[in-house]
Amino acid sequence: MTAVLLEGVSKVFNAGRADEVTALTAVDLTVERGEFVTLIGPSGCGKSTLLRLVGDLTQPSTGTVTVAGKPAATARADQEYGIAFQQAGLFEWRTVQRNVELPLELRGTSKRERRERAREMLDLVGLGDFAGHYPAQLSGGMQQRVAIARALAVHPPLLLMDEPFGALDEMTRERLQDELLRICASTGTSTIFVTHSIPEAVYLSDRVVVMSARPGRITEVVPIDLGPRTEATRQSPGFFTGITKVRRALRGEAVPAGATS
Amino acid sequence: MTTAVDPVVAADPTAPVVTRRRRGGPWLAVLPPLVVGVAGLLLWETVVKVGRVAPYVLPAPSAIGEQFWLSREVVWRTGLASGENALIGLLAGAAVGLLAAMVAARFAFLGEVSIPVAAALNALPIIALAPILNNMFDSTSSVPRRLVVAIVVFFPVFVNALRGLREVDPIHRDLMASYAASGWTVTRLVRLPAALPFVFTGLRQASSLAVIAAVVAEYFGGLQNGLGSRITSAAANTAYPRAWAFVVGACVLGLVFYLVALLLERLVMPWRRV
Repeated sequence: MTAVLLEGVSKVFNAGRADEVTALTAVDLTVERGEFVTLIGPSGCGKSTLLRLVGDLTQPSTGTVTVAGKPAATARADQEYGIAFQQAGLFEWRTVQRNVELPLELRGTSKRERRERAREMLDLVGLGDFAGHYPAQLSGGMQQRVAIARALAVHPPLLLMDEPFGALDEMTRERLQDELLRICASTGTSTIFVTHSIPEAVYLSDRVVVMSARPGRITEVVPIDLGPRTEATRQSPGFFTGITKVRRALRGEAVPAGATS
Repeated sequence: MTTAVDPVVAADPTAPVVTRRRRGGPWLAVLPPLVVGVAGLLLWETVVKVGRVAPYVLPAPSAIGEQFWLSREVVWRTGLASGENALIGLLAGAAVGLLAAMVAARFAFLGEVSIPVAAALNALPIIALAPILNNMFDSTSSVPRRLVVAIVVFFPVFVNALRGLREVDPIHRDLMASYAASGWTVTRLVRLPAALPFVFTGLRQASSLAVIAAVVAEYFGGLQNGLGSRITSAAANTAYPRAWAFVVGACVLGLVFYLVALLLERLVMPWRRV
């Protein structure tokens, strides 16, 4: 079963006005269940817009978006996905614990289960000791980890992430990348992940979707086959091959088969 | 960890004063205004005594203090009456202001329409209103003064609350959309708590205004059992230091209201104290 299906999707902002912008044009994309797909491209290539279309936070000008076999709007109403943005967007009046609990609360999860699940997620992102703190007491990186815990707390079948690790230091970033992969693998979660970082895209993904700007479109899809990620993966030749492939695709160079050894 | 600068507060121009960090404990915060206040009183006393200023122009602080002590029981009794009027009017006006703001924020077109209406209401001088309201009710009724207070209080609470309720962080909006939450759920979980700092800014303004309105409303008839009536009658009897003593009473009452509003703000929003 496909997790996400985009067919002939385009998005025009301010249509018919002087400041009309074509954010996306002719996008076709399929994300299989359990697949990890990364969107990468220069600023203004519409990767965030693409993510928002999947989440039904904005609607396409043409084409259809299907999530979990339903129209995107229905999928949103059924809370089929969890989402994390570049900014943490925590609710400053709620403690860290209650921030993570919020999506569970809105799903009508029992109080006891909410607490347990939030604890578990906070331990996962290494913030178990900060459950009772308010967001203002945390650093930017810590706030971002809370936001990720919040997105994961509901164990959504689909995870949408818009540069969630952008503000983190390299150590935390790599640790959370591994945690994210572990969670997605163990829960069978499908993920669409927006990033600026080529190594991050290659390390995380089953497929890297390379996009270009003006108008925003998909120029290439680079499959990555690194097997289960381990400590050694980041040093492996396959990893660097993948990076080279994605970098070339971003530059708009053709990627001839076997040219990257 | 960042404890030095709270980014939320730094970015918010309406951040309440309570979030400012105290340096050197409470004494250092209280001492400078205390010193300035005492110095001001001494200067006042000296100018009046040395310059032989007539008491109807400006009585000496010592004379006012003496009268305040002599009339302390009346000041207390009338202060309680004015305080009760101010409190009831404040609670009613604030409640109506907050409810109106919630409705106006919920329905966009109401928000657009309501601001000019509220502004027109605010432009209404209570001076013009008080005599009319006094005639509408019995001369033994406390309702007119409380109505004046409620009308005066309504505007700052409504305008501030509406501004807070309408400003929703776009990420919060997206998040709530992704949780399939809408309408009153968003109002309850996001709009209201996010608007609280604004609401309390309005309440702090309103708390002082409430006392002023409660006192001044009495100048125009109605039941004469508050501070306002004592100020007018003392002034009419050329007992200027006594009139001033009641003004001091009104001043203290206003301060109490303001401080209670400030305290409430700190209690209700613990996350702003961190």
